[in-house]
Formats: sequence, C-alpha cells, structure tokens
Amino acid sequence: MSTTETNASGVGPVEGASLYSVDNPAPVIEPPRKRTKKTPKSTRGNFELAAWLFMRLSGVVLVVLVIGHLLIQLVLDGGVSKIGFAFVAGRWASPFWQVWDLLMLWLAMLHGANGLRTVINDYAERPNTRLWLKGLLYTATVFTILLGTLVIFTFDPNIR
Amino acid sequence: MPAGTLYRGREGMWSWVAHRVTGVLIFFFLFVHVLDTALVRVSPEAYDTVVATYKTPIVALLEYGLVAAILFHALNGLRVIAVDFWVKGARYQKQMLWTVVALWAVLMLGAIYPVLGHAARELFGS
Ligand code: HEM
Ligand code: HEM
Repeated sequence: MSTTETNASGVGPVEGASLYSVDNPAPVIEPPRKRTKKTPKSTRGNFELAAWLFMRLSGVVLVVLVIGHLLIQLVLDGGVSKIGFAFVAGRWASPFWQVWDLLMLWLAMLHGANGLRTVINDYAERPNTRLWLKGLLYTATVFTILLGTLVIFTFDPNIR
Repeated sequence: MPAGTLYRGREGMWSWVAHRVTGVLIFFFLFVHVLDTALVRVSPEAYDTVVATYKTPIVALLEYGLVAAILFHALNGLRVIAVDFWVKGARYQKQMLWTVVALWAVLMLGAIYPVLGHAARELFGS
C-alpha cells in the first residue's frame, strides 16, 4: 500500500505547517460518488439548501424590521404607554408602515416556522408524532399569516 | 461529558441552545401578537382593553424578557451567518460570541429605563 509516503501518517496537525509541498504533493482523492454523465438526475431537489439560505437572508432583513419595530413600539415617543387603536390607525395610514409590517409578518412567520420544523425534526422521533406536530405547525402558520395579512389590508380607521 | 451524546459543551453548544430557545419563544409570542393585533378589526374598545394589559408592570417585565430574547437571537444570528459566510468566521466564533454577549449586555442596560420606566412610575409613584 504505502509507496511514496515518507511520514508515518498523512494526517498533520489541524493548524500548522502542511505535510505536503510542491515537490511532495498530497495524493489526489477521487470523490467517492462523483457525478458523471451517467449519474441519474437527483430527484430530491434542493429544498433543504433553499431553506438554509432563506434562514440567513430573512435573518439579515429581520434584524432591521424587528429591532426597528421594537424601538418604535417600546422605546420612542412614550414607549408602550402610547399604544392604542388611534396609534395603530395613525401608523397604518401610511403605506410605508403597512409594507413594513406585512414584510415583517411574512418573513418572521416563515423564518420561525422553518426553524420550528428543524426543532421538530430533531426531537420528535416517531413518524406519527412528527406528522402531527408538523401538521399543527403548518396549520397555525398559514392561519397566522393569512389573518395578519387580512388585518393589514382591511384595516378601517372608522370602524365605529 | 455523558457518553453516547454528540453534545460537546462549551460556548458553541450553549450559544446554540440559547439561539434555539429564544427562537421558539419569539415564534410563540408572534402567534399571540398577531391575534391581539387582529382585535383592531373587532372594535377599538376590544383592542384598547387588551393592549391595556401590555402596560401593566408584570407584563412590562415580560416585554423586557422579550427584548432580551430578540436581541440575543438577532446578534447571535448575525454571528452564525458570519461563521457560515466569512472565511475566518469559524476561527473567530468564540471572540464573536463574547462580542455578542457584551453588546447584548450594553443594549439590555440601555433598555431598562425605556421599557421598565413606566412600570416603576406606576409602582412607586412619580
Ligand atoms: C412587546 C413588544 C411589542 C409591541 C408593544 C408591539 C406592538 C405592535 C403594534 C401596536 C402593532 C400594530 C401595527 C403597528 O403599529 O405597526 C404591531 C404589529 C405587528 N407586530 Fe408588533 N409589537 C411588539 C413586538 C413584536 C415582535 C417581537 C414582532 C416580531 C417577531 C412583532 C411583529 C409584528 C407584526 C408582524 C405586526 C403586524 C400584525 C398584523 O399583520 O396584523 N411585534 N405590533
Ligand atoms: C432578528 C433577526 C433574526 C436573525 C438575524 C435570525 C437568524 C437566525 C439564523 C441564522 C438561524 C439559523 C440557525 C442555524 O441554522 O443554526 C435562525 C434560526 C431560528 N430562528 Fe431566527 N433570526 C431572527 C429572527 C427570528 C424571529 C423573529 C423568530 C421567530 C418568529 C426566529 C425564530 C427562529 C427559530 C425557531 C430558529 C431555529 C433554531 C434552531 O434550529 O435551533 N428568528 N435564526
């Protein structure tokens, strides 16, 4: 087996000088399941990759949306004491804050729901438990997103 | 370390646990929060009655806790993103965690007066 190896082990320290150099290159290791022209197309798609990326992209946007929201609701202009129907009417009179809240609603719900899907996958081991927990999660998520969207679009300052 | 587990202890694991716990808490809050906001479609009185509970001293303490959860999850989330996308991210993950904790502590100190001030005035008079 061992032919050109000069060291007892090819495994070097994690950080530090490399065992290999231009004159003594590391052996090429063929990837065990390299894709070739004959490899059948994957039937799985890239859902998990998309979900992973979505968590990070939505996270960056949510920092601005949610921390801005908390500043407005809890810190500025008298903090929580000012909140009431009239305050909400004033805010949703502006399309800017309508879009802000709509985006925050969708991104936070989808981000949180996908996060909870991961948590369920991690802890619920019986297929039946997983099925029911995820069914509950998706129902609650769809319901909340639809309700919140409806409320923003149908808000009526002169309801009374 | 108990045998038969992948958990490694130390900063990396505990920050992950805290990230998970805060994420789940925020999700549950958001669910209730969309429900209470939906009361604006019922009547101004219904909305104002429920929002009045948000202004009581005990709930003010819960709000402070919510701010704590959001700030940690947000700052540590940015750290996770840095670990994933920045070439040196994994190497500096520990330093970044302590930066997160320090920033979090400073912001939480700053949030005491704005978030809890009205509760203190109500409890102790102004
Ligand atoms: C205790 C802290 C909070 C208070 C006092 C508060 C207050 C409010 C108020 C008054 C509104 C009505 C619309 C507006 O003024 O923009 C609202 C809407 C909203 N808030 Fe918050 N908020 C808090 C925390 C949060 C957090 C942490 C999140 C996200 C995770 C959030 C997400 C939302 C969303 C998505 C809406 C729109 C709801 C809908 O579409 O019906 N809020 N909030
Ligand atoms: C404020 C800005 C936010 C940032 C920067 C952020 C960032 C992240 C990131 C990067 C992850 C992936 C962690 C991983 O793959 O290991 C994550 C997970 C998660 N987030 Fe957020 N997030 C934010 C807001 C929220 C909100 C508002 C909620 C709730 C509605 C939430 C709930 C969750 C949950 C439940 C997880 C899964 C945790 C786990 O798998 O351990 N996050 N977050």
